Amino acid sequence: MAEYKLTTPLSEDDVRKLRVGDAVFLSGVVYTARDSAHKRLVEMLKRGEELPFDLEGSVIYYVGPAPAPPGKPIGSAGPTTSYRMDAYSPTLIANGQRGMIGKGARGDEVVEAMKKYGAVYFAATGGAAALIAKSIKEAEVIAFPELMSEAVRKLVVEDFPVIVAQDSYGGNMFKEGIEKYKID
Amino acid sequence: MRKISTEQVTEAVAKLCMDANYYIPEDVRRRIEEMRDAEESPVGKEILRQILENQEIAAEEKMPLCQDTGFTVVYAEIGQEVHFDGDIKEAISKGVAKGYTDGYLRKSILIDPLKRSPNSGDNTPPVIWFDLVPGDKVKITIAPKGGGSENMSRTKMLRPSDGVEGFKNFVVQSVVEAGGNPCPPVIVGVGVGGTFDKCAFLAKKALLRNIGERNKDPFYAEIEEELLERINKSGVGPMGLGGRTTALEVFIEQYPLHIATFPAAVNLNCHAARHKEIVI
Repeated sequence: MAEYKLTTPLSEDDVRKLRVGDAVFLSGVVYTARDSAHKRLVEMLKRGEELPFDLEGSVIYYVGPAPAPPGKPIGSAGPTTSYRMDAYSPTLIANGQRGMIGKGARGDEVVEAMKKYGAVYFAATGGAAALIAKSIKEAEVIAFPELMSEAVRKLVVEDFPVIVAQDSYGGNMFKEGIEKYKID
Repeated sequence: MRKISTEQVTEAVAKLCMDANYYIPEDVRRRIEEMRDAEESPVGKEILRQILENQEIAAEEKMPLCQDTGFTVVYAEIGQEVHFDGDIKEAISKGVAKGYTDGYLRKSILIDPLKRSPNSGDNTPPVIWFDLVPGDKVKITIAPKGGGSENMSRTKMLRPSDGVEGFKNFVVQSVVEAGGNPCPPVIVGVGVGGTFDKCAFLAKKALLRNIGERNKDPFYAEIEEELLERINKSGVGPMGLGGRTTALEVFIEQYPLHIATFPAAVNLNCHAARHKEIVI
């Protein structure tokens, strides 16, 4: 298990060197989107409309943050469960998305897209929301403000701690980790 | 009759909403520390370390432990000799709105379940469970319930022939198949008996018990311990990435049942096992 510091946007080379279990500290711009925003982004792509941000090399963080208290860029901001985005991620990956941050395992349709186009799925610690908020330096709503906590935000992060949970070769820590520690 | 002002209830509920979201119960923190020390997976150990550090930051900075500050579940035990000077349901709801607004907590409630909109804007309405008890006191417990762990919860009408083993397997499977989704290490609330709805209610109410507090019936206490051991042998581990720490506790609540039925329910709570109570 290696340790990497990576800055977004990610290239295919960045993604292809990552393997399950690697610890990554992410810096740069990360976009937020949850279920409703994903649905809208995919619909916009289908209609041929321009998205609110450039998908090429992008990393999307599945989070609906708590409101920012006075003097802070953002409130607590931990990951939400990722399988709810499985229906939409393959389309976004086919259009340039390279990274996803969430919690819990991804389905086969996402894994196939990750292998084919070169994308990686990072796990952040669910519930470590106040800790993660410390690595978020700036936050700005850039689309769908009516979705409130589910709006698309542009975050600037510094050394956001994540783990490679599923890599671009089909490696899956949710399976491998459990097999390793299972006692029959 | 003892008179209690609804305004006092509103203020108390607002404070409980904030405190429940900022401060992890001490018993939960201690159990996570013990399990971190025993965790064999390096990734699992690091995740438990982050969870503990997060608890410190949340308390120091008065930030919610988790951005998902939940559906506000309220248990209100009302003494029979209490008289309120107004609408108690409205008073509790107002308290939730105030707590979630003043406390910078996330508003996660959609008014229409099928249209999935609009957001109510202040996290109301709460789910309120009233109970009438002897005496002239009011006990209010607030338990914010996150969506991720709620999604992995199950109710099943087992067949009486499934027996105790069938029941045990249902509980273990529910936790193992949920994998990393409910944010393990989880607390496993189990209801058995009663009706379809009563059983699910018991599973949720079980989550309020203190870590280490066993079922008063030794038969059920033993099953709790056995299930906890089986779940922690599953290998799911912190956040489902592998390890020995999958559940912090298993709590079973039982109720008499109809001769033809065998309802069982599993309500999972993430490691941010939040609840706070006050007696007025």
